[in-house]
Amino acid sequence: MAYALQQLINGVSLGMIYGLIAIGYTMVYGIIGMINFAHGDIFMVGAFLSLIGLLLITSSGMLDGAGAIVLVLALSMAFTALYGWTVERIAYRPLRGSFRLAPLISAIGMSIVLQNYVQVAQGARVKPIEPVVHGGFTLMRDGTFAVQLSTMQILIITTTLAILGVFTWLVTKTPLGRAMRACEQDRRMASLLGIDTDRTISITFVIGAALASVAGTMYLLRYGVIDFYIGFLVGVKAFTAAVLGGIGSLPGAVLGGLLIGLIETFWSAYFSVQYKDVAAFSILIMTLVFMPTGLLGRAEVEKV
Amino acid sequence: MAPILTVEKLTMRFGGLTAVKEVSFTAAEGAITAVIGPNGAGKTTMFNCITGFYRPTGGSLVLHHGGQEVALHRLAGHRIARAGVARTFQNVRLFAGMTALENLLVAQHRKLMASTGFGIGAVLGLSGYKAAEQAAIGRATAWLEACGLIDRADDPAGSLPYGAQRRLEIARAMCTEPALLCLDEPAAGLNPRESTALGELLRAIRDGRAAEGAAPCSILLIEHDMGVVMGISDHIVVLDHGSKIADGTPAAIRADEKVIAAYLGEGDEDEHEDSAA
Amino acid sequence: MSLAHPRRPVLGAALKDAGLAALIAAGLFLPMVGLRTDVGPTGALFLRTRWTDVLLLVAIVFAGRFLIRLWQEWRAERHGPSLQKRLAGPMLRLGRFVAPALLLFALLLPLIPGIGRYELDLGILVLTYVMLGWGLNIVVGLAGLLDLGYVAFYAVGAYSYALLAQYFGLSFWICLPLAGLLAAFWGILLGFPVLRLRGDYLAIVTLGFGEIIRLVLLNWVSLTGGPNGISGIPRPSFFGLAFTAGGGPGSFADFFGLEPSPTHRVVFLYYLILALALLTNWVTLRLRRQPLGRAWEAMREDEIACRSLGINITTTKLTAFALGAMFGGFAGAFFATRQAFISPESFTFIESAIILAIVVLGGLGSQLGVAIAALVLIGGFEVFRDLQEWRMLVFGAAMVLIMIWKPRGLVGSRTPTVALSEKRTISAAMVAEGRG
Repeated sequence: MAYALQQLINGVSLGMIYGLIAIGYTMVYGIIGMINFAHGDIFMVGAFLSLIGLLLITSSGMLDGAGAIVLVLALSMAFTALYGWTVERIAYRPLRGSFRLAPLISAIGMSIVLQNYVQVAQGARVKPIEPVVHGGFTLMRDGTFAVQLSTMQILIITTTLAILGVFTWLVTKTPLGRAMRACEQDRRMASLLGIDTDRTISITFVIGAALASVAGTMYLLRYGVIDFYIGFLVGVKAFTAAVLGGIGSLPGAVLGGLLIGLIETFWSAYFSVQYKDVAAFSILIMTLVFMPTGLLGRAEVEKV
Repeated sequence: MAPILTVEKLTMRFGGLTAVKEVSFTAAEGAITAVIGPNGAGKTTMFNCITGFYRPTGGSLVLHHGGQEVALHRLAGHRIARAGVARTFQNVRLFAGMTALENLLVAQHRKLMASTGFGIGAVLGLSGYKAAEQAAIGRATAWLEACGLIDRADDPAGSLPYGAQRRLEIARAMCTEPALLCLDEPAAGLNPRESTALGELLRAIRDGRAAEGAAPCSILLIEHDMGVVMGISDHIVVLDHGSKIADGTPAAIRADEKVIAAYLGEGDEDEHEDSAA
Repeated sequence: MSLAHPRRPVLGAALKDAGLAALIAAGLFLPMVGLRTDVGPTGALFLRTRWTDVLLLVAIVFAGRFLIRLWQEWRAERHGPSLQKRLAGPMLRLGRFVAPALLLFALLLPLIPGIGRYELDLGILVLTYVMLGWGLNIVVGLAGLLDLGYVAFYAVGAYSYALLAQYFGLSFWICLPLAGLLAAFWGILLGFPVLRLRGDYLAIVTLGFGEIIRLVLLNWVSLTGGPNGISGIPRPSFFGLAFTAGGGPGSFADFFGLEPSPTHRVVFLYYLILALALLTNWVTLRLRRQPLGRAWEAMREDEIACRSLGINITTTKLTAFALGAMFGGFAGAFFATRQAFISPESFTFIESAIILAIVVLGGLGSQLGVAIAALVLIGGFEVFRDLQEWRMLVFGAAMVLIMIWKPRGLVGSRTPTVALSEKRTISAAMVAEGRG
């Protein structure tokens, strides 16, 4: 029981990270109908920028603790957003309205570029850091096993929820959000009504990248080690989360993220660690085959 | 006259919405049967049930062909075509990147495939595939001629003008050698001259004189433009709000009060739009 | 645009544009390039600054953007068709000679003086990708089914041969068809559940399958040796004659009375993969003119219309999957016998991505385009071997650039399979790319 509770906590904090990235996939898919293959690598860039920011702040000794983390988050979000914007501008915008496969190949190319750019710029070696956030609570004791809820996990969960709150407000209550939803429904019509669709799409990428960078920061702080290759696997799992939740649905992305996080954690805890990725991929396949609209997605009916 | 298609209490529900409600009628062999009705009357839904794109919620669809009765409502989509029902689409669905001739050869896939020994023989250059292909090209040529498209045989279907695309789609459906040809608003988007020519073509198809070696073929068409339908149909079924409100010869339909009410009440504007187009 | 613009505003606009690009570049490169994380003597990370590199990069972006803008203005001011359009005619005429010329070159390559072991190895590598590209072209190019996990079948072929040879001592020539059949079997097995899926979803599911197969190979240590792979895979023989270095009795060199040389085997392998690739091409070209191939293309154009014509979508899709997988399996078996060592590392997602990129960059459905794309991408990749870690970066950038330059690939047009009078190529704009 205690063991399961501990897995639940771990799963939720991991799932929050997936959920943050999944939002980027789901938004871009919703608005331009493409899988932004480079999104996982944007998350990786976010993690590296967080690392650089963290080293910069701690080595200068300006701030520590909560202040430092907030500053790291802000810096990393801003610079990662710039990467998100640039990727869209360079690799996707020239192909808008082109054949469907072209943006996909372009996105795969961009993913290769980002991975190897970071490898060249920052080196291929893994980057370990000292734990930044210490402490936590012991929730429960069951014999020798203690259920821990670390400050880090609290931080991940609260930050994610706070950012999600801001973001939901942005999409549901502001003119920008309205423009985004209009583009999602019908891009041509939206542009006829005077919405700058290019700009709206750019902003979608910027927001997606910023959220991915938050996930990058959390990943760095939680696991304490990153390398240039983390984007692929985490990206695929986050995409799985987006699909599981129902692509195009924002609450679905978070829900899917949580489910994937929980499944992965429990699978590792009770079955086998080696096959945890097999489990994630199997879920991806089963969702797409048996429930292609996901949990909260809308069904698409083909007109004859 | 012998029936070609018997529709018995056909019902189609989408969630809470009943698009087609217990519709029954019979299409006679060797005749042109039209299903008409204002927009949203359930014509296309019924059509999709007959051609296997929807599975009806209730009722039965029976095709009488070659002395056999085939229950269409139990067949998978592609098997309905094999049973002898061919169709066209409201928004033309040609293989745009393939030539007109290739489109017509794809329609003869089944026959050709059997002659290739299911692919293996043909790769090795065995079997009587050559002769079968020549026959298929011959049939395709006959239909291209029938539709006045023989000059465009080697042009991609997507580059043809709209009217020609509609005719090519009919030719493609006919190349499957059907017993029943189902046309989904065949006159939509055609100008008056093209509409008249279409009427001619359909009558020729019905009587089996459209192309060389073609057998007579019964036709079921849906249309919401009454004008087109009256001229060419032998028998008309009128739907409104998913139910059948009338069934008879064009003259009888023209005089039917319920039909006039349905069209004057709801379909009036649509009709004007359509005849203007 | 056609009105003569005064020179100055153009220059000013280009400068402003380039300045903006430089500003963005500064934002991108300042943290990521300017601040390098290194492991210090204590094991902790520290930041090393590299401002000159950043400055250099930003200057390159500024100059590059400026020149591109000027070039665009210059092009817009000139009248007449673009370079691409003017070249279209001669290119088409030239195109007719390219395929025979390439084939002749491929056939004669080992005989050309100055061609050594390195060039032949490179030729084998390129031909392996040509074959994989042609195999995947059946699935993606003809049938329009987007497959991002093609490497799985390559892996199945390679491991089939390696395991059959290891456990049952079967020879390469028996294993080759078996590997193809096993891969085709897996193709059908994986094809079944994904039949209903379309487009990107199909791509992601196939990606998932590819990764699952790799992860199973990686973790099923007792059978596959896990990350250590399988080594000592037997080499192929020439109709029972072995290629042994010593040239003992019963060897290839001994039988033909030749001086024993390691080049013999390389030349043999070269012709082997050339033959396999040409077999793939021959089968594909032949099938394209058959009902099956036409049904694939029709399915790519419009699946619903296919159904209305009585074409069984299920079997048509499965044959495409199975056939594509079979050629992938052949290529895998060849890969195993050439390397004599395989491990899961050779079958990562990036391989699938590269093969798909070859097909798309070459032009969906075009056999010649795929061959050229494989030559350019894989050959180019080798040529830039001195770039070392920059190589992959250039590779990815090339993928993006070629897509932007030619979204339909190098050869985007389609040749009809049959004609009453004359076959005219169909422009890419007409041809659908499939939704499945």
